[in-house]
Amino acid sequence: MTAQSATRQKRAKIERDHGLHLLRQMLRIRRLEEKSAELYSATKIRGFLHLYIGEEAVAVGVMEALTPEDAIVATYREHGHALARGMSAGAIIAEMYGKQEGCCRGRGGSMHLFDDKTRFYGGNAIVGGGLPIAVGLALADKMQNKNIVTCCFFGDGAVAEGEFHESMNLAALWQLPILFVCENNLYAMGTALELSESVTDLIRKAAGYDVEARAVDGMNVLEVEAAAKKAAAAIRSGKGPYFLECRTYRFRAHSMFDPELYRTKEEVETWKRRDPISTFIEKLKRQDLLTDGDLEQLEREVSMEIKEAVAFAEACTCEPVEDLTRFVYSERRKV
Amino acid sequence: MNGGSGNLRRTTYRDAVREAMREALLKDRRVFLMGEDVGRYGGCFAVSKGLLEEFGPERIRDTPLCESAFVGAGIGAALGGMRPIVEIMTVNFSLLAADQILNNAATYLHMSGGLFNVPLVIRMATGGGKQLAAQHSHSLEGWYAHIPGLKVLTPATLEDARGMLWTALEDPDPVLIFENNTLYNMEGELPTDAGPVEIDKAKVRRQGRDLTIVTYGASLFKALEAADCLTKEGIEVEVIDLRTLRPLDDETFLTSIAKTHRALIVDEGWRSGGISAEISARIMEGAFYELDAPVERLCTVEVPLPYAKHLEDVALPQVDRIIPIARKMVQTNG
Repeated sequence: MTAQSATRQKRAKIERDHGLHLLRQMLRIRRLEEKSAELYSATKIRGFLHLYIGEEAVAVGVMEALTPEDAIVATYREHGHALARGMSAGAIIAEMYGKQEGCCRGRGGSMHLFDDKTRFYGGNAIVGGGLPIAVGLALADKMQNKNIVTCCFFGDGAVAEGEFHESMNLAALWQLPILFVCENNLYAMGTALELSESVTDLIRKAAGYDVEARAVDGMNVLEVEAAAKKAAAAIRSGKGPYFLECRTYRFRAHSMFDPELYRTKEEVETWKRRDPISTFIEKLKRQDLLTDGDLEQLEREVSMEIKEAVAFAEACTCEPVEDLTRFVYSERRKV
Repeated sequence: MNGGSGNLRRTTYRDAVREAMREALLKDRRVFLMGEDVGRYGGCFAVSKGLLEEFGPERIRDTPLCESAFVGAGIGAALGGMRPIVEIMTVNFSLLAADQILNNAATYLHMSGGLFNVPLVIRMATGGGKQLAAQHSHSLEGWYAHIPGLKVLTPATLEDARGMLWTALEDPDPVLIFENNTLYNMEGELPTDAGPVEIDKAKVRRQGRDLTIVTYGASLFKALEAADCLTKEGIEVEVIDLRTLRPLDDETFLTSIAKTHRALIVDEGWRSGGISAEISARIMEGAFYELDAPVERLCTVEVPLPYAKHLEDVALPQVDRIIPIARKMVQTNG
């Protein structure tokens, strides 16, 4: 074997391993979400449940650009982000079950997943409300001279909120290390982007604050990953905030109480042809990086993980009602 | 805790708050002040005047006019290991940040099952009496006291203006400090070594046997003045300064009412659904059989505060309204 072909092989292996990793992450989210919908129908999960199916490439691609020290602020459609960030499927499902072994002891539920170990700051269900928090986290890091990125996910709906504009301005004014990731799925709940925004090209909003911005195909995990890495590198080099718009689509209803009167089945079907998972599988196969056997094995492993997570949640316990008023105030006096 | 015992010196409420901030900025590198016009302008009530020169623009941080974002940024910075003091010009403006205060600051600890506490201090001016009309004069601290997860402080005295801030900064959870804007110029004496004070207890500011006035903030001084007048008529009024509206220290006023058997609540907030209603309910629950007269309330008349002085004066609780109510109550014998 020549040195050249050895290098080529090595590169192919890296590419394959990485491709399989991205695919696994997206599949884990997809299967977790499908199972969540099922568990909702079985009334194991209640409250609101917002599924991320169709948008997996965004969370998975962006997480590749982040280090364990970085902070994440997400929305109420955040199971995928939590899982991709490293929270366990068991802790997430147990939380949706309302059990004390859930990541927030059942206090948060589907919309409020939090985790201190992975610096996952929610699970924020007031649209736009997480952006100022991200500004503050980034401000704290900057004031403490830490080279850390705060990554803030939000949807196209948040762009209409004042908090989006206030936060973009503050982040730019103070040159804070924030990656703003706009998951543009074209609908704020049921209101189409063109009915919400006078300017629908969202990256133009960033120009108003002199924030570097880029729009990418949010259905393409490699494109999202590359763009997020570039953005994170720029932020880490001290260039201030970055606005990354990921153009994506939600395949399922907004929540479990949505008859989807505001969009056509044809539109949904058209987008489904761009499914981030099936298109990525095709791409990997075309490049001989994935075999049917690989895929079967991957599906088996993911299925096992979700099955175990559900079994874990089923075995979890309810917090005693005597504990109801805990966590309103801290149990230790001094900080 | 040390309210101070050294030599006395003249100071003002404004200077006491500034000294408290200065001390905190000197003691703890994590502390910084953020808000509209806190730096170059010196604070809209001149409370932070001079701090920018001493601590620089990183720690005395002027913000744009975006209450929601800078209060939210305060929450984020607190989560990120800092100890921010966020100043909001007036309580009316705080409504622009109500989302962050209620939906985030007050709920993060609970929603996260105890993972994330928010050690944030928010200071703001409150209250009427300066002819600032209906968008700068209201007393909404009682509203905030409705919210579990928050602590609501209402320093009235120089000692509390000086001492509550540090204790609030040491608290692991969000604390709101309401400074009545008519108090900033109040002069008085404070020990040179005045320091942090506890924030969980109400205080008896004047002893009396005939009637208890429960109050807080600027109304404290109106109650004390009324008590001085009434003593000439042989009526001895006990005056309780709540100091903190949440958590509410009901033990102190219930103990007082067990002695005086009469309670008048003086509150600059509106009457309906206000903190005075809560206090009254707690008296019913905890001291009903002690009462010799119905609980009375003197609150701000239920109008948006008007500009004209003669109207504003009548709208707010005043000494000349406290006196006849107190007199009548003492004459009532249940």
